[in-house]
Amino acid sequence: MTVFRHIIGPMSISNKILLVLSVLIIFLPSCSLPAISSNSSSDTVSLIENKGSDTIVNLALAWAEEYQRINPAVRISVTGGGSGTGIAALINGTVDIANASRRMKEEEKESAINNGSNPVEFIIARDAIAVIVNPENPVNNLTLKQLSDIYSGKINNWQEIGGEDRPIVRLSRETNSGTHVYFLEQVVRLGDKENKTLFSPDTLLLPSSEGIGAEIRQNPNAIGYDGLGYVTEEMKVIGVAISDGGEFVLPSSETVNNGAYPVARDLYMYSNGTPTGIIKDYLDWLLTPEAQNIVTELGFVAIAE
Amino acid sequence: MSIFQNFINSSHSKREFLITLFIKIAGYSAIVFVGMIFIFLLLEGLPAVQKVNLTSLVSSRWYPIEDYFGILPLIGGSIIITLGATLIAVPFGIGSAVYLSEIAPHWVRELLKPLVEILGGLPSVVLGFLGMLVLSPFLRKLLDLPTGLTAFTGAILLGGIAIPTVMSVAEDALDAVPRSYRDASLAMGATEWQTIWRVTVPAARSGVLTAIMLGIGRAIGETMTVMMVTGNAPILPRGIGNLFSPVRTMTATIAAEMGEVANGSVHYHVLFLIGIVLFLISLAVNITASTVIFRQKKRQERILS
Amino acid sequence: MKSSHMRHRQQQFGFSLLTLMTLFTVIPIAGVVIYILILGTPAINWEFLTGFPREGMRAGGIWPAIVGTFYLTLGTSVFAVPFGIGAAIYLSEYASDNRATQLIRIAIINLAGIPSVVYGLFGLGLFVLFLNFGTSILAGSLTLSIMTLPVIISTTEEALRAVPQAFRTVSISVGATKWQTIRRIVLPQALPGILTGVILGLERAAGETAPILFTVAAFFLPRLPNSPLDATMALPYHLYVISTQVPGMPIKIQYGTALVLLVFVLSMNIIATSIRSRARARRQW
Repeated sequence: MTVFRHIIGPMSISNKILLVLSVLIIFLPSCSLPAISSNSSSDTVSLIENKGSDTIVNLALAWAEEYQRINPAVRISVTGGGSGTGIAALINGTVDIANASRRMKEEEKESAINNGSNPVEFIIARDAIAVIVNPENPVNNLTLKQLSDIYSGKINNWQEIGGEDRPIVRLSRETNSGTHVYFLEQVVRLGDKENKTLFSPDTLLLPSSEGIGAEIRQNPNAIGYDGLGYVTEEMKVIGVAISDGGEFVLPSSETVNNGAYPVARDLYMYSNGTPTGIIKDYLDWLLTPEAQNIVTELGFVAIAE
Repeated sequence: MSIFQNFINSSHSKREFLITLFIKIAGYSAIVFVGMIFIFLLLEGLPAVQKVNLTSLVSSRWYPIEDYFGILPLIGGSIIITLGATLIAVPFGIGSAVYLSEIAPHWVRELLKPLVEILGGLPSVVLGFLGMLVLSPFLRKLLDLPTGLTAFTGAILLGGIAIPTVMSVAEDALDAVPRSYRDASLAMGATEWQTIWRVTVPAARSGVLTAIMLGIGRAIGETMTVMMVTGNAPILPRGIGNLFSPVRTMTATIAAEMGEVANGSVHYHVLFLIGIVLFLISLAVNITASTVIFRQKKRQERILS
Repeated sequence: MKSSHMRHRQQQFGFSLLTLMTLFTVIPIAGVVIYILILGTPAINWEFLTGFPREGMRAGGIWPAIVGTFYLTLGTSVFAVPFGIGAAIYLSEYASDNRATQLIRIAIINLAGIPSVVYGLFGLGLFVLFLNFGTSILAGSLTLSIMTLPVIISTTEEALRAVPQAFRTVSISVGATKWQTIRRIVLPQALPGILTGVILGLERAAGETAPILFTVAAFFLPRLPNSPLDATMALPYHLYVISTQVPGMPIKIQYGTALVLLVFVLSMNIIATSIRSRARARRQW
């Protein structure tokens, strides 16, 4: 011991720091050996990692806050980033629950299974996708076909659909959002699997719902779409008709649940394998009337009993 | 000399040896890090070339969720924004450098130079935030554009980000021009204005060039600001008119999509490929800048010796 | 030949043009700071600074983001400071002027120029996935420290070189070893310059968003990180999130967060700049 001290010699603090650092750097790679599990729960507080769809993130946050209030021993970390992000994280094993505003794709399921995880699906709420414009825009109603033509680039001026002589600025969510994929399949391609129409390349891809909102609020040329929960008073919601002669319907809980509003979808959570313990408790709680009330409060559509 | 004394001496020399070793390792670390970054990008990016055929990569459509991986619009987007930013940053950056170094009274220089350097530290996300809320709506109304989220908006903000770099480096270069050059020119009857442009600036030209290159480097690598204000539509720019349309840059594409992709997917590899392109561009810019610096040093040494 | 009157007019015009350009440069950037100061100040209160975000981040405070940015800055300094100063000492005191040294310099210049988002990619590939650190403070700090190295190295080297050669010669001649000379004579003399470089480097780390996007940042984390392997919220990413991802976000909180980030970063910058100018004024040689 004393010999050791002699070899090292009397050290100043800065030298000690240097030494510790070099040791740290040498041994760093070995830190990677014990796999770092995300739910490294300490004795008292359990952590649920919850990540994914930006559409769901505010709902998930509200649920998490409420659930943590009731169960102080549980901590829930909520992260957005898009459905694809959450599902990728679930596949990579870095989260406990993935939020998605679309169903998992077959390839995603395959790669999950290849990675040794087994995603289990839960429908936790429903969402109407509202088509929104600036309140100054006189256009009130559009058919699905017109929406498809707008977003695929066939209609480029509001005049062509009964509006003012203004260029149409198309706003869309980024391609990693489930809303984007849903809108592509159900609106741009009118639900036809064979249809390979794409968004017009000059569609603005905004990285977030709020990016769309900010542009809609101040730009009368713009048209966008977003979950009903994101619509605020400074935007105008467009009535949508399924077919050319059909009735124009505004999105709401009733019109979604009775099927009159065509652009609505389920919202999902995926757990890694059949959930147990606190994750099961949490997912069960989400379907209680108490939790579903929060769904309605936030402008989403509660799952009808 | 006692044995104890010997111990201390040897421990001293050991310590000195270890520290010197650490210093040498640290000295070479920069090379190691650049090498590591490049190798890592290659490892993750090159598989993209195997999995996506080259004609698809150089096509003009970027829509990764349907396997359209044309990176030309992204490269074009980065180029057009960088060009715009350079056109703003070079005259303003060098103009203000000349003003501060040659014209301004001493106290103005002592006040403004640190101020601009401090403001050069503005986090890019703050500028993007203001660009989104203030600049983009303003430009839309001012220029009567369909939308304010354009390459032009991005170029203005990037120009603003690059100006402090350009100004600071160019001012240093001008400041380093020996007083005697100016005195000689003035003594021969030239005005100060003529002296500046025919003597001082040419004498400092390699430093000024370096300033420009560093400014360009700063602009092309900027991410958050660009992602928030340019609309991110992957349109292949075909002319200067595209300055006023939305564009999508390489950096914004990586930032927006990397979180989404499953590790090891084609999309993941293509994003790393874009990283390689960015890396190579910055390498080219910086090697140009540094050869200018080295050549300048050599010439100075020749003159001085 | 132009008359001297004409030349004088030309010069006056040129000078006013350059003055105007400088004003055009300085005023907008200064305006940004003042604008954020004015709109952000009303949001600042004790709860905002020390509370946790509530109601989907639309209320409450930004404490976890402040702590996260502090930890990240600290973590960055743990790795970047010894390496940066070590490299600078090597370049200024040990390296001879040969090809290898030139290569090091080119490497440093290139490190400085690599786009921050590419650092993010690298950090994701190496630290998060390959070394399996996960999205964590450790992975983010390591990524940020490689990014800040060039700033620290170049400023420190400049400071070391500014110490007159005579100091070293004297120290060696009275029998000190090379390291003793560096440790006792050169480093203390260069300390203000080194501090400036370190703070400027860390300032860059504190304000960056792109490198932490995939390596550390959590959208919302209702607790403080308790190990380097935890993810954390961070101010720049938080500002990005609340300005683009949360609907109905009170504008006051957005500007308040922008202000806190600005103060955090600019105060580091001002400290660094003032250390440098005070040291320059006080220099005895």
